[in-house]
Amino acid sequence: MKELFYIIAAISVISAVLVVSARSPINSVIALVVCFLSIAGHYVLLNAQFLAMVHVIVYTGAIMVLFLNIIMYMNLNKASEPRKALLTRVSAVVAGGILFLTLLGAIGQGLTAPPANEFDGSIGLVRSVGTVLFTDFLLPFEVSSVLFLSAMVGVVMLAKKDKVTKEVATADLSPAEMERRS
Amino acid sequence: MTMGADIITAIRVVPLEHYVVLSLLLFCIGVAGVIFRRNTIIILMCLEMMLNSVNLLLAAFSAHHSDPSGQVFVFFIMLVAAAEVTVGLSILVMMKRNVDSVDVNQLNRLKG
Repeated sequence: MKELFYIIAAISVISAVLVVSARSPINSVIALVVCFLSIAGHYVLLNAQFLAMVHVIVYTGAIMVLFLNIIMYMNLNKASEPRKALLTRVSAVVAGGILFLTLLGAIGQGLTAPPANEFDGSIGLVRSVGTVLFTDFLLPFEVSSVLFLSAMVGVVMLAKKDKVTKEVATADLSPAEMERRS
Repeated sequence: MTMGADIITAIRVVPLEHYVVLSLLLFCIGVAGVIFRRNTIIILMCLEMMLNSVNLLLAAFSAHHSDPSGQVFVFFIMLVAAAEVTVGLSILVMMKRNVDSVDVNQLNRLKG
């Protein structure tokens, strides 16, 4: 079981590095899907079955497909991204590494806090997570539906606004006026 | 059911520190990616990766301390991430339409 954790952890880290280093956006998305599936594997190892299912459905099923759709519609897979200067790239890696070392140093003494509750292997099952969600966290759960509604309205507005203004701009102006303005 | 029993004991076999180190690695790779890349879509994906590393850490602490509240928090973070991705991608679509590029350096003037 312990070896399984290290194998899945290696897959997560390698695919995460691939996400950052891949030239073409499609390859990045595929690497991120692998990374997310390995994180779902970690959830299974933690016996968080509800989270594993939701993670696969929401992230790999919905969000990554959304990314792929956008890349397809916008034809972004040209890999024509100009590379940053070498100094910027080196300093990005150095900054990430220093952040890692700093955070690692912060937990260097180890986590000494004793477990808060008596050990119970079944807390990740749908029953216990659902019970907590619908008793202690009922209000945030309901409020999150408002968040979704506002996100939905915002997305529709953002995606439509440009089209509407463009139509108005071309409809109101005579050809001579448009020529003058451009 | 031996597999199920194995998994339940496995929660305690892997030390919590190792989960912390793994999450830190994923988070720092995400941070480096945000600094490193110029393509907005890849920056969004790196943000997703950072959110996921935090999710993993919350789930690990929740399992080790046998407290289901942590997993409910992971659920909420997933909800927020889903909303954030849709808004981010629609901004990306607008950016592609307006400046015909997904390079973040094109957005340095904040003009409408």
